Amino acid sequence: MSSRRSRSRQSGVSRISDDQIADLVSKLQQLIPEIRNRRSDKVSASKVLQETCNYIRNLHREVDDLSDRLSELLESTDSDSAQAAIIRSLLM
Amino acid sequence: MVEPLSISNPDTNSSPSGKKRRKSRRESAARTPAEPCGARWRTETEQQVYSAKLADALRHLRFPDSADSSVRSVRDAADQVLAVSAKGRTRWSRAMLTSRLGRRLAQISRKHKKAARPDGRFKKPAAQKKLPPLQRKVRALSRLIPGCQKLSLPNLLEETTDYIAALEMQVKAMAFLAGLLNGANSDGGGGGGGSVADGGQYSSSS
Repeated sequence: MSSRRSRSRQSGVSRISDDQIADLVSKLQQLIPEIRNRRSDKVSASKVLQETCNYIRNLHREVDDLSDRLSELLESTDSDSAQAAIIRSLLM
Repeated sequence: MVEPLSISNPDTNSSPSGKKRRKSRRESAARTPAEPCGARWRTETEQQVYSAKLADALRHLRFPDSADSSVRSVRDAADQVLAVSAKGRTRWSRAMLTSRLGRRLAQISRKHKKAARPDGRFKKPAAQKKLPPLQRKVRALSRLIPGCQKLSLPNLLEETTDYIAALEMQVKAMAFLAGLLNGANSDGGGGGGGSVADGGQYSSSS
């Protein structure tokens, strides 16, 4: 008991049990494709967090690239045909 | 004589409309999960709705000044529509919606600060990074997700799961729109449906 108390004081996390953290981290693990595909159950929390940060940064970069592409396409596109294509695909 | 009952008192308000409203609000609060679950973003409908809203927003966003600002405005529109789709249930979405205002204010205050401050005297020495590596990673993660810098760990991880799911949907939807526009460009209005990769989601009634 005393060890847990001292640990919580050191880490500054407010009264969250390690089991709870492990549970949440395992849930997070399922979302990261890197870790999910590796199929090993012994991924440390630190690794999961690292991969999560990397994954989110990758997603941000993808969104940036896609918005770059979209802005180019929007500038060079013929508005009528583009709108027609979009409306057709989304409504039908 | 002024009747005391005419004063609206929410506690003793026993009108049926008030009770109904309170009940329905309680019911809806019980039905919708209080915690953000990422499953919502993974449905096809959500992606379609987002694509439609984004296409609409992009249509209205015309003639930017330079190439950089047009990319910026596309990105902002995408984030804005994404945050609105979250319907205020998550912290990151609310932070995204208020960040535009905050960004402009920060720009203004930065200009004022630069004019007033003589030199960098107020910079704190950055020698306080003696956190354990796990905590450092948690902090890095919290910096990536908007509005989550001071959250407790379980809340942060919940926001993370929802945020990741939302970002994945955003990427898929934007890729879908880019494919559409690409097809529209190359076809020139001939037949825009050929470039849709996952055409199976639409139930074709022939």
